[in-house]
Amino acid sequence: MNKNALTLFLTIVLTGAAQAETVFVTLEKDNALAVVDPIDGKLIKTVEIGRRPRGIAISPDNKFLYIATSDDNTIRIIDADTLKETGKLPSGEDPETFALNPAGDRLYVSNEDDSQVTVIDIAHKKAVKQIKVGVEPEGITVSPDNLWVASASETTNMVHWIDTKTNAIVENTLVDPRPRALGFTADSQQLWVTSEMAGTLMILDVKTKQIVKTIKFDVQGVTADKIQPVGVVIDKDRKRGYVALGPANRVAVINAQTFEVEKYLLVGQRVWNLAFSPDQKRLYSTNGTSNDISLIDLDAQTVTKSVGVGTYPWGVAVKP
Amino acid sequence: MIRSSGLFFRVAVVFLFILHLLNANLGYAETKQTINIAYLTQQQKAPPPLSNMDAFIEDKGVLGAELAIDDNNTTGQFTGQQFVLKKFIVPLDGNVVDAFNKDIGSQYAYVVVNLPADLLNKIADLPAAKQKLLFDAATIDDALRNEQCRNNVTHILPSRAMRADALAQYMMKKRWNKWFLVVGASEEDRLFAEALKRAAKRFGMKIIEEKTWEHTYDARRTAQSDVAVFTQVDDYDVLVVADEQGQFGEYLEYRTWNARPVIGTQGLVATAWHRTHEQWGAVQIQNRFKERAGRWMEEQDYAAYLAVRAIGEAVTRTKSGDLQPVKDYMLSDAFALQGYKGNPLSFRSWDGQLRQPVLLAAPRSLVAVAPIEGFLHPKTELDTLGYDQPESTCKWSK
Repeated sequence: MNKNALTLFLTIVLTGAAQAETVFVTLEKDNALAVVDPIDGKLIKTVEIGRRPRGIAISPDNKFLYIATSDDNTIRIIDADTLKETGKLPSGEDPETFALNPAGDRLYVSNEDDSQVTVIDIAHKKAVKQIKVGVEPEGITVSPDNLWVASASETTNMVHWIDTKTNAIVENTLVDPRPRALGFTADSQQLWVTSEMAGTLMILDVKTKQIVKTIKFDVQGVTADKIQPVGVVIDKDRKRGYVALGPANRVAVINAQTFEVEKYLLVGQRVWNLAFSPDQKRLYSTNGTSNDISLIDLDAQTVTKSVGVGTYPWGVAVKP
Repeated sequence: MIRSSGLFFRVAVVFLFILHLLNANLGYAETKQTINIAYLTQQQKAPPPLSNMDAFIEDKGVLGAELAIDDNNTTGQFTGQQFVLKKFIVPLDGNVVDAFNKDIGSQYAYVVVNLPADLLNKIADLPAAKQKLLFDAATIDDALRNEQCRNNVTHILPSRAMRADALAQYMMKKRWNKWFLVVGASEEDRLFAEALKRAAKRFGMKIIEEKTWEHTYDARRTAQSDVAVFTQVDDYDVLVVADEQGQFGEYLEYRTWNARPVIGTQGLVATAWHRTHEQWGAVQIQNRFKERAGRWMEEQDYAAYLAVRAIGEAVTRTKSGDLQPVKDYMLSDAFALQGYKGNPLSFRSWDGQLRQPVLLAAPRSLVAVAPIEGFLHPKTELDTLGYDQPESTCKWSK
């Protein structure tokens, strides 16, 4: 009896460990997807996925991965368990970044060369609208309350506010040069926007659509032009936000209440994108030119490990 | 009394608030501003072809300006600003000064000028040009940025000094410290050689021998016999060539007496733009340009693109089309132009030169981007290239 209970206990513990989250990383130059176990800190496998995979997202039910294969001009739908392709979405040309809405039925794609955003109905695998935006749209995100799509155009230097009901631009906010990535806070009250050229993070108030705070990054021993902020994520409680600083090889830790930069964490080279673990105890960064991802322990605020994944890791998504 | 003034205050606040709401709702998209930009150039005589490989491109520059106008107007649709480009192409036998006076005259505040060095200041010194801002999208002359500078002219392309410094930084990094300098017969070649000598001095490099190319420009003869003889000099690390027209420089590589790399105007070149460049979003503009033009983007196209984009950026940020606020903003520290080269581009306040990285490219591979890592500057490393403020001899009477 006791022995049985122990076996049961062990089974639960072991299965629990075996079912730990999976990190998916797109490898731009390998045309592949890396699958990483972040608890063991090991690359499990690499699968062929299509040409020049970049943007990646996981459906809210964690069943499907959406991966933009830029040189194939499509977004592929991949079964998150079997990693087999189940379909394709009409993304428009050269898809790079895209965003899923919270319900997981709409996908918004930036079409950089055509200065537009394509709205895709996922269930019908159909493009339902194309919205003209500024030159070279890049970062795109949907507010958690599903009211807004925010699209940043790199050469126009604007954030376009698209109403999700009408799919039309309602307002435009002029921001620092070459805005790259953006992210809403969980309460949908703020939009955080990074500027690659100015080396800044701008906090926009969603109500007024105005910049309420600009944070300039300054890393000791790193020249200003190396500080090129890209990916940005903010935790659920709006305690801290994290910004990938590109060739500065750092992730900035920002106090989301006081907007002070608390720390710069040294990660791999040319850090692009960031993703939280489901419990938000860890953060994963893709490091474009050192061909690895960094695992960051958020309680200790330290980088615990880097895992080699393949050539030019770009996007990252996490499955619980 | 106190009560009524309080009431007045409150009414005033509400009124202002309503006014503010109205403004916010209408935005500035309602008030259409039109910004007219002139593009001035003269037809060029096709030079004698060096080979059949690269066709002579007649319209270098203008297609870049057109692409930038479209980019400006994509932004303009959200800001209520419209940009119009008017092109003035003076025929080969025409008179540029007359054309400027007649066609551009008082109508355009911004003029993108794609003209040779000797014509630029003739235009800049015209009374009609005084209340304008000219964007030199063609010259690389250091004199025009120093003793001959004009306060109504900005220069988009990197000067010869900037290019020479970029090359010197790379050679220093590679420890190619001993140079063999080979100079062509033209005045431009002499100027580039001057820039190279200045760079050698700045970075502590040694020119062990300098020779002027006096042989023929015939491929068969020159390449096989003359180069080998010509390059029998004391030991050197690298052959540095100044041949801006490309009359003999291409023959040097692989034919030197000793096996040495070639750098300068041929071999590894310093340039504002190159088809091999694809970092920092450059691949996007390469694609957009190619789709429109059916050819690669050349330096002059890039310069004209940046000139028109600089106007667009300053007009958008200042919400004004007027010369003075736009010019003040453009030459201020706040100005940051995205030029697909990693760093934000801006103008040097002391000579109007656009501050920018310089690409070092081989025909099919981008080798490096200067400033090379490790060359430091108290303000911005971009100012390790060319004439820095203390060295500048430009005296603007603002």
